[in-house]
Amino acid sequence: MYSLKLILKNTFRHKLRTFLTMMGIVVALLAFGLLRTVITTWYGMVDAASASRLVTRNSISLIFPLPISYYEKIRHVDGVKSVTYGTWFGGIYIDAKHFFANEALEPKGFLDLYPEYVLRPDQKNAFILDRKGFIAGRKLVEKYGWKTGDTVTLKGTIFPGNWDFVMRGIYSGRTRNTEESAFIFHWDYLNETLKKTAPRRADQAGFYIIGLTDPNRAAEVSLAIDGMFRNSMAETITETEKAFHLGFLAMSEAILVAIRMLSMVVILIIMVVMANTMVMTARERMGEYAVFKTLGFGGGYIAGLILGESLLICLAGCMIAVVLTYPVADIFAAALSDFFPVFVVSRTTIYLDIAASVFVAVVAAVVPARRAMTLTIAQGLRRIG
Amino acid sequence: MGIPYSYSLRNLRTRLLTTTLTAAGMALVVFVFASVLMLSEGLRQTLTATGSYDNVVLIRKSSVSEVQSGVERGQASLLEIQPEVASGPDGRPMLAKEVVVLISLPKRDSGKPSNVTIRGIGKGSLSLRPQVTLAQGRMPRPGSWEIVTGGSIARRFRGAGLGETLRFAMRDWRVVGIFDAGNTGFNSELWGDADQLMQAFNRPVYSSVIFRMRDPSEFQAFRDRIVSDPRLTVEPKREIRYYEEQSEMMSKFLNILGLSLSIIFSLGATIGAMITMYAAVATRTSEIGTLRALGFGRGSILTAFLLEALFLSLIGGLLGLFFASFMQLITVSTLNFQTFSELAFSFSLNSRIVVASLMFSLFMGFVGGFLPAVRAARMNIVEALRTG
Repeated sequence: MYSLKLILKNTFRHKLRTFLTMMGIVVALLAFGLLRTVITTWYGMVDAASASRLVTRNSISLIFPLPISYYEKIRHVDGVKSVTYGTWFGGIYIDAKHFFANEALEPKGFLDLYPEYVLRPDQKNAFILDRKGFIAGRKLVEKYGWKTGDTVTLKGTIFPGNWDFVMRGIYSGRTRNTEESAFIFHWDYLNETLKKTAPRRADQAGFYIIGLTDPNRAAEVSLAIDGMFRNSMAETITETEKAFHLGFLAMSEAILVAIRMLSMVVILIIMVVMANTMVMTARERMGEYAVFKTLGFGGGYIAGLILGESLLICLAGCMIAVVLTYPVADIFAAALSDFFPVFVVSRTTIYLDIAASVFVAVVAAVVPARRAMTLTIAQGLRRIG
Repeated sequence: MGIPYSYSLRNLRTRLLTTTLTAAGMALVVFVFASVLMLSEGLRQTLTATGSYDNVVLIRKSSVSEVQSGVERGQASLLEIQPEVASGPDGRPMLAKEVVVLISLPKRDSGKPSNVTIRGIGKGSLSLRPQVTLAQGRMPRPGSWEIVTGGSIARRFRGAGLGETLRFAMRDWRVVGIFDAGNTGFNSELWGDADQLMQAFNRPVYSSVIFRMRDPSEFQAFRDRIVSDPRLTVEPKREIRYYEEQSEMMSKFLNILGLSLSIIFSLGATIGAMITMYAAVATRTSEIGTLRALGFGRGSILTAFLLEALFLSLIGGLLGLFFASFMQLITVSTLNFQTFSELAFSFSLNSRIVVASLMFSLFMGFVGGFLPAVRAARMNIVEALRTG
């Protein structure tokens, strides 16, 4: 009990220094938390993807389409429950800075395959019935203030021209990980227009999404589909939705590695600051430690005092940082909503925060504690300032 | 009385561990700061080196990149006879009709596929890009299933080395040469005969038309005429501008990330410096008193402590820059979100970054050292002497 009181008193002997150190820890842990969240957000896309859905695309690369005639063929493969198809539209709203995902999809099959996109039944019907209709995620709608019945125009980049759409519904995600900023419209609208303007590009789908009767048969069904189209003009690659998203991640791995490294660097920085504080604190108190030793306290006790002080400062800083992480993450998410449609601080990040601060506290205490332990009484008493 | 310079300097040596720790903290921050700047600079250099001011790229209106674009054969022929197109030494127009698509290739080390740009080239393609030189082998013969690969691709992708074959679009393509495009985006591309690639990919249209301008200053007039020509649905852009637009998102991302990280990290390091300097002032109260008693004025004390903080941060800054300079050996290759294809660029250090990083570290030292120095300067002589 007395030891705890002593640690507490020691900690707040230099109020300014303790305060500054804590500030440092708060700032560093905030940065660490944000960086970690950037990484988990990136991987969040993969987590949100289902393992029981397959994606079929052209084997050359994503920019090559597949003929729409594959639809019936894929539907008849054993193990396939339902199929839908779509095309990445890549339209621009206002200008290139206002980026959001927009895709032409076959609506009925899509909404059946993606139960995580929740839509009111009347809006769902209205969307399915209107070929020029579109639905958009809750966040996207809030950002641009669209209302049901509004006409929104996208400028096509892959498919030239101005395309008018009428808003028919707002979807929301079933879980927090579901993206709520996509723009989805009828594949038929795209196709019928292309038939008139660019017949060469009509009747093609960018990708097929396949629902399985049994998720365990994913590998077998993928092989069956790819085998069916081998040596045709449009060979396919079929993989689970998870693998598909992981493939994207792998391409931008360099950035992820860099961010992960930076999150380590920020911990290193704070470790250095913390270690410095502890070294200075212990140096000033060498005389007191000598007195402790004279009174019969062992080196272990003194080391405990130093470690306790280090832990106290770090954990206090950690607590403040954890509390602040949520509002700061919200601000960050608002500023970077183009890059990260979903930005949620995960529980793991908070645990990592705590683990990092304990680690920093222990490392920072090592050198001063060792110095204090090996200190001889005469040396300590003789020492000045 | 003057400023006790040697006092400031020697103090750093006396408390070696503290000095080292504080300087190390700053060094880390400067390292991150410099690295981010170097990365943006590397990206910028790659882009400016890729495009040439004299060249014009024509892509279909409203498409953002060559991959999305389509230029009909008829329109391409019409562009070929424009008066602004420069003529080469052989009298032919310096113009290339190219087709650009993405293919997915497995990486050599991991086998993971990544998107790579493949460019179908014409006769003029090579002469339009003086930065591209053949390093090994030869250029592909027109009408054959042969390709040449950029240096970065040849190293990192399976089957892209000299003499190897790549299979895509139901054909085997032999790599007959490797070109060196220096520090440009072309280094991350494969080149083959345009007509063969168009046939293989079943694409009857070109992606872009690129030509050298007879007189670069004619661009605006040329642009106005082309845009208003009802026979054409293309949009001309200067090549430099075109490549800049291709990675606007990437540079924006790097800048936001770099700036916010630098600010946050520097807060940490500044606090570290402040702690050190406050401690320095506190433990040296009697020394300060003695200095004052000897006749050094408040200003001298303030400057001395501020100098100490600046020295400290300078050490940190130099250390950070030293380690950051090794980053130049690293090449980053990542997916460009806008074009969906691989782009390789390296960290690049220049004098502007060196100056900026040192200024940044000195700034941290100044901010961290100012308040403690003020406290030192405001000490009362008698009280300061008595505490000792």
